[in-house]
Amino acid sequence: MTAPVLIGIGLLGGAGALVRFLLDGAVSERWRGSFPAGTLAVNLSGAFALGIVTGATLHGDALRLVATGLIGSYTTFSTWMLESHRLGEDGALSIAALNIALSLVAGVAAVAIGRAVA
Amino acid sequence: MRVDRRELLAIFAGGFAGAVARAEIGVALAPSSPAAWPWATFLVNVAGAALLGYGVTRLQERLPLSAYRRPFLGTGVCGALTTFSTMQLEILRMLDAGRAGLAIGYAAASLLAGFGAVLVATNGVRRARVLA
Repeated sequence: MTAPVLIGIGLLGGAGALVRFLLDGAVSERWRGSFPAGTLAVNLSGAFALGIVTGATLHGDALRLVATGLIGSYTTFSTWMLESHRLGEDGALSIAALNIALSLVAGVAAVAIGRAVA
Repeated sequence: MRVDRRELLAIFAGGFAGAVARAEIGVALAPSSPAAWPWATFLVNVAGAALLGYGVTRLQERLPLSAYRRPFLGTGVCGALTTFSTMQLEILRMLDAGRAGLAIGYAAASLLAGFGAVLVATNGVRRARVLA
């Protein structure tokens, strides 16, 4: 990977983190209830976007910039796990289990749908 | 939603670092085929979950409140170091290749290790004595 591509991945990665923060905030502000809908919205939309990008004819550095940089940073595994753990700690075991199962199943489906419509 | 420009800068800087680290690890540990275990994604995800569990617990329960540490470390570094979308694409490609067992094993291992990493890091911080 060349230095400009790596810097590009960093810049798009920073942008992806910002968009995640803003969308998560906007969804969480409107969502009543303890289910982490903000993170789910981010992760499913990102999985769909990755499906579109891999289904389209993007290759090499362009694919790396968009898929690894922007979309990879936009979606998050760590917050998904942290929120599930904290829900479990608070005794909301069924919501924690739903969050894990729904994200996983709908996430794979979102990539497949994105790839199909690309 | 209230937006703080320094908070956004902290998230951007953390996201830059997390994405670059994930990209470098991805190149170093690039899988040879869709049927190979995706070590790069697996490792960044578990490491990022551990770091987030450690960081958030320490910042919330152990250290004085700071406005920019959590956005930098949690939302920025850990959020960008780990990835949900790539993991889901890898699972889909395993299913495409007819490797349903591998797909289920990879998903289960990522969830168990990721959740376990948050649990262990959280409890580790809580058990540790507060050092002045």
